[in-house]
Amino acid sequence: MAIRYLLGNEGIAHACLEANIDFAAGYPGTPSSEVIDVLRVQEERPFTVEWSTNEKVAFENALAAAWCGVRALCTMKHVGLNVAADPLMTSAYTGVTGGFVVLSADDPFAHSSQNEQDTRRYAHFARLPCLDPASVQEAHDMLRDAFDLSEEFGLPVIFRPTTRICHSKGDVDLGEVGTEHRTAAFRRDPKQYVVIPAHTRVLHKVLNEKQPALKERLVELGYNRHTVRGPTAVVASGVAAAYVQEVLPDDVSLAIIGAYPIDEEWLADFVDRHEKVLVVEELDPVVEEAVRQTATKTEVFGKMTGTVPYEGELTPATVAAALQKAGITPTTTFPAAAPVQGVPPRPPILCAGCMHRPTFYAMRKVFRDGIFPSDIGCYTLGLQLGAVDTTICMGASITVGSGIARSGEEHPVVCTIGDSTFLHTGIPGLLNAVYNGADMVVVILDNRITAMTGHQPNPNTGLTATGKESTPISLDAICRSCGVSWVETVDPYDLPVLLDTFKRAKERKGVRVIIAKQPCVITARRTGIRRKAYTVDPERCTGCGACRSFGCPAIAFAGKNATITDLCAGCGVCADICPSGAIGMEGRQ
Amino acid sequence: MKPSFDILIVGIGGQGTVLASNVLGEACIIENRTVRSAETHGMAQRGGSVESHIRIDGKFGSLIVPGTADLLVAFDLLEALRYRHYLPAAGRLVVNRHLVVPTSVYQQGMDVPDEESILAALADLDVTCINAAGLAKEAGSILSQNIVMLGAASGDIPLRPETLEEAVRRCVPQKTVEVNAAAFRLGREAGERGAGTP
Repeated sequence: MAIRYLLGNEGIAHACLEANIDFAAGYPGTPSSEVIDVLRVQEERPFTVEWSTNEKVAFENALAAAWCGVRALCTMKHVGLNVAADPLMTSAYTGVTGGFVVLSADDPFAHSSQNEQDTRRYAHFARLPCLDPASVQEAHDMLRDAFDLSEEFGLPVIFRPTTRICHSKGDVDLGEVGTEHRTAAFRRDPKQYVVIPAHTRVLHKVLNEKQPALKERLVELGYNRHTVRGPTAVVASGVAAAYVQEVLPDDVSLAIIGAYPIDEEWLADFVDRHEKVLVVEELDPVVEEAVRQTATKTEVFGKMTGTVPYEGELTPATVAAALQKAGITPTTTFPAAAPVQGVPPRPPILCAGCMHRPTFYAMRKVFRDGIFPSDIGCYTLGLQLGAVDTTICMGASITVGSGIARSGEEHPVVCTIGDSTFLHTGIPGLLNAVYNGADMVVVILDNRITAMTGHQPNPNTGLTATGKESTPISLDAICRSCGVSWVETVDPYDLPVLLDTFKRAKERKGVRVIIAKQPCVITARRTGIRRKAYTVDPERCTGCGACRSFGCPAIAFAGKNATITDLCAGCGVCADICPSGAIGMEGRQ
Repeated sequence: MKPSFDILIVGIGGQGTVLASNVLGEACIIENRTVRSAETHGMAQRGGSVESHIRIDGKFGSLIVPGTADLLVAFDLLEALRYRHYLPAAGRLVVNRHLVVPTSVYQQGMDVPDEESILAALADLDVTCINAAGLAKEAGSILSQNIVMLGAASGDIPLRPETLEEAVRRCVPQKTVEVNAAAFRLGREAGERGAGTP
């Protein structure tokens, strides 16, 4: 209908509109976030859309909508599926009536993630179909059709784009936005929806019986397809198929795997016709294992032969190198091009004026010998400030903190967790710490928004996904109801009070909570808050370097002396840090 | 012949590399050409080094392989140095004469890089150096530096200038259309003059 230049996630969101979506829920996570971010502001089609408090919550809400017969989507990043794994596994048994698509975006190379896990493993584990697009256009087309597939088999469909699909752009041929709207109706059927042992044993059998027809259908739909051209073949999946096509010679056969489970007969037929097969895929050797199971006399190359790397993401260059290793000459060979050595790194950094920086600064000043478990968010960048000792997964700062505190380790434990992460999975850990008598300080970094993934609202923001006002929750009341008796809320821009609050926390025992509250400097700017910038009086600056340790990107140095650049957001904390009183607001003496 | 014209735009998170790449993508749509691009999202954006890959007439993946880019557009001198290996020998670079020293340099006591030594390390390339801040101010807003840079590079890009200017108008916020259109033209003129070539 119309060709537009779109981000993969925008194409995916539009496909949902074309497929008559009725319900969408998700928890933000790179690279998946823009799907709900597009759906929540679109005006072409009315339907229910929410940011949920975590992935399990999102999954269960969307599943329930699908049980009512409407079309539902839930979105998350790959590690979010760990949180939602409990309902995922059993939803394969209960099945769905309305189409239900579970988008779990993988992140090869862990561009913005804590690991490189492969969602296709979950699909296999749960015995659910999984779609794995090779391009932005295919991501759009597959997602549009995924709801039909889900309804045809009565199963949730896992949709697994990777970073280079979600965050790639291209010309995308879009269809019309759907105009059908279903009426939700829950049909009572305990044998389907109440998974007591007597029911679930039957449901397990039903799930297994669906598999052969499902495999055949995925071939019929053209998601798994091949072209035979010679005695040698490449089998590729997902975005790796695009890289293969860029360098594959004309006389080498190609099979593209875009859907799982793979039909074994179809695969065996292709593999058997070749003397040699190279399997090219990102993350786990899922396709390679299937190829090896079907191969009788064909020589198979892949990750298990060391031909394709296990870790990181592929590129046309790594794919060309894999082809060469397998004895296939690529159409292009790429020059060896190494980056210039010794260029100073420019890692991501907390913004000038970010409220996390003074909070970390004060925490480290007061707890010089502290252990600092932290969590997932912008504030993980506090690593650069020596303020982050552990990060493993969402919500684990408090639980890791209480575990260290109760292990016999005697250094004080001060953990940090963002507001959205606290609401995601932090609360049970706090409750547990209080209940079991941990001795620790919990700092909630309350910037009123889910910042790192693109400023999505959460229950603490007081706005829903669609911008409607919601009941603002009280972090203080949540902490007190978990049994914490000492809860202090403080403005992190007020350094003397912040330092004093940490000192008072240090004098106490038990679980103590400090809520450092100040809107994210980016959202503050967007909502029109303007603060005057600060400057350094060059005559008073002694070049002592006290402000250097603060690590603000607006502070630069000309020789020994500090200057403040136009990045200054006016938080004013550096003025409190400077021992010579050399820093002041612009225009004031 | 290479099937696509590959442009790498690099800079610092917040400098508008994504908008610049959106303009190129939109221009491809206007000319009915295929395009593939890749960009940086998430944590990496926070003031860190960012890159946008744009492959005009691209049909496969969005990633450009080092050593094969047809054009490097850098919004910061240090980023030009960091990504110059994407160009072949004597490749084409359009760079903003602007340097933001990474905070980590001060914190870790590394040698502070300077403009002259970076330019010397880029001198074997086919370089055009642009004073984007000055031209952006002349166009009406310091925030239009990304479009100035795009204009300056446009003479090397196989898309018609009028298409690119139309794409600028479609991609920037409504209130800033005229400023950005002026920024594009000023950048283009500066690029044609080879302004500030070191």
